Amino acid sequence: MSTHSPVMKRVAPIAIPMNEAERLDAEVDALMDGGIGWMETLGFALTTLRTNPLRTLLTTLGVLIGVAAVVALLSIGRGAQNSITASITSNGANLLTVRSGASSSGGVRGAVGDSSSLTMSDAEALTDSTRNPDIAQVSPEYSGNAQLVAGSNNVNARVTGASAIYASVHNSTLAEGGFISADDVSTTAKVIVLGANVSKTLFPDGGALGQTVRVTGQQFTVVGVLASSGGSGFGSSDDGVIIPLSTAQRILFGARSVGGSWTVSTIVTQASSATVVDAAQAEVETTMREEHSLALDGSADNFSVINQATILATVTQTTQMLTMFLAAIAAISLLVGGIGIMNIMLVSVRERTREIGLRKALGACEGDIMRQFLFESLALSGVGGLAGLALGSAIALAVNLSGLLTTTLSWDVALLAFGFALAVGLFFGIAPARSAARLDPIVALRYE
Amino acid sequence: MNAMIVAQDLRRTYTMGEFEVQALRGVSFEIRRGEFVAIVGPSGSGKSTLMNMIGCLDTPTSGSYHLDGLPIEQLDPALLSAVRNRKIGFVFQQFHLLARSTALENVALPLAYRGGISAAERHRKAAAALERVGLGERMGHRPQELSGGQQQRVAIARALVTDPALLLADEPTGALDTKTSAEIMGLFADLNRAGMTVIVVTHEPDVARQTKRLLEIRDGQLVRDVLTADAWPDETHVQKARSRRLPTRQQWRLRHEHA
Repeated sequence: MSTHSPVMKRVAPIAIPMNEAERLDAEVDALMDGGIGWMETLGFALTTLRTNPLRTLLTTLGVLIGVAAVVALLSIGRGAQNSITASITSNGANLLTVRSGASSSGGVRGAVGDSSSLTMSDAEALTDSTRNPDIAQVSPEYSGNAQLVAGSNNVNARVTGASAIYASVHNSTLAEGGFISADDVSTTAKVIVLGANVSKTLFPDGGALGQTVRVTGQQFTVVGVLASSGGSGFGSSDDGVIIPLSTAQRILFGARSVGGSWTVSTIVTQASSATVVDAAQAEVETTMREEHSLALDGSADNFSVINQATILATVTQTTQMLTMFLAAIAAISLLVGGIGIMNIMLVSVRERTREIGLRKALGACEGDIMRQFLFESLALSGVGGLAGLALGSAIALAVNLSGLLTTTLSWDVALLAFGFALAVGLFFGIAPARSAARLDPIVALRYE
Repeated sequence: MNAMIVAQDLRRTYTMGEFEVQALRGVSFEIRRGEFVAIVGPSGSGKSTLMNMIGCLDTPTSGSYHLDGLPIEQLDPALLSAVRNRKIGFVFQQFHLLARSTALENVALPLAYRGGISAAERHRKAAAALERVGLGERMGHRPQELSGGQQQRVAIARALVTDPALLLADEPTGALDTKTSAEIMGLFADLNRAGMTVIVVTHEPDVARQTKRLLEIRDGQLVRDVLTADAWPDETHVQKARSRRLPTRQQWRLRHEHA
């Protein structure tokens, strides 16, 4: 700066004696230079924790249990959500199910066979691709419950009368044999396709194919067994059986005919892709209103359309809320663990008052002491967090292996729980660290 | 620049509720490099306050204090920490060693707070300091495995390891028996002979007697600043008395209480 002045340039080659202020500045600079590094401070913190193993263990326990609970519960929640989603979509994707009876009409439901019933002609109308460009497939179904008997075994199962297209709409795969064919439907054949669980119940030793199953007195021949869909509940195909639609309508359940067309209990339509599900729903509703001569604004609907995507969203939301609720409870225990750390750290500060005084006398400044104690609480919560991750994962895996519930471990859950543990350690470490840093060394050194 | 310490009109007032306690009421003195000084006085005299001030643990309410050319009263707490680390070696009555650390780790501690010194270098310097106080064989021992005298030697090594400008000892023999006290004071005398400036705060005449200069504080004021050799005018009498029996603390007190 001053070297730019001509005077200073002239003087520069001669050594200028430092005046008092410059000397002081230089000394102060030298004093400020240096100071303890982070690694050394961390080393002090870890040494303290290592030399008090029991105290360290007990202090970390709170955080350990908290993190383990968060990880285990979130894993179980995610697992439940995944299996529910899987079981809903196991019966086919992008499905719109049409049922008779308006969703808004409360308990009022038309008698079987009246004008509000769904019929085969409704199904045919929905198949018309000019009226319903976004609908890919239509599966009219007639279902009811019936007692199935094979030899000495019997089971009550959901019997669905379906056409050949059912397998394609519901993503059914066969473990053995074949599916209901168009011929079976047109000839009202007494053939039956068993769900995986039904087959296991009726024919525990296998070999169901070609056997006879009695359904409410009628003899049916087993032509196929479905592969297990893995899903459970929500009308999983594993627990049902399938027979030709015409057989169900005319022989088994005695369906009526309305205006020369057999009634069905549901018409399952499949949108051509996930993005057009809403458009497909609108088409289904319009077509149905036209077929049933109803007001087009939907005010007089005597049918309802169940959108699989909506159910999925609702169920997902519900499980997510439940999971978050459980995790929040677990997080409270993590918070309590943090308070445990604060408690121990406050005791530790008091216990080590003379040590703090000594460190200050030996040249530690407030920041050094603060950092040392913050590192201690961070290390406590960090170690507790890691051990908690291990324990939580172990619990999740054990639950999975036990077969009670499926659990899904994921990285974001682990990071979230560990990060929260560290945040708890930092937050609850601040108060003890501050009280340590602010100790007057004179008082601290004389503390008994 | 030969003065290590220049204290001018040091005053320290503590406020306790509505009362003001004047612990120091204007103390001025100089201590040159290489001196061996005892600060004596009864408890409550302001002796401890003065020691805290010399040790840069406290700053004066008014007056000025220069240590090794630094105006201590103008420095902020962080700088005071750095000054304590670099300029002063503390020795305490209660040793103040970290119980769970070895002698070597205890001695290396101040070097960690200095910063910029590798762990290997810190250990080398700490080992050298322990050798210097005669504890080269016991570096790996923890404080509870050492005698009181050995613990105080570790503390002295810790004070020496930073190569400080000043060794400040607060009742360094207060927790030791007579024989060990003599050894520790002998160590201070040796260090002083090697050029170290040593200040010992004490109320024990036997300890004060082994220094070269005596500063006596009473009621917050410096009442005596004499060469230790001149502190006891009846030294010949004392010498005779010592051959029979050491003067007790009470006798020393009585002799000086009304001086």
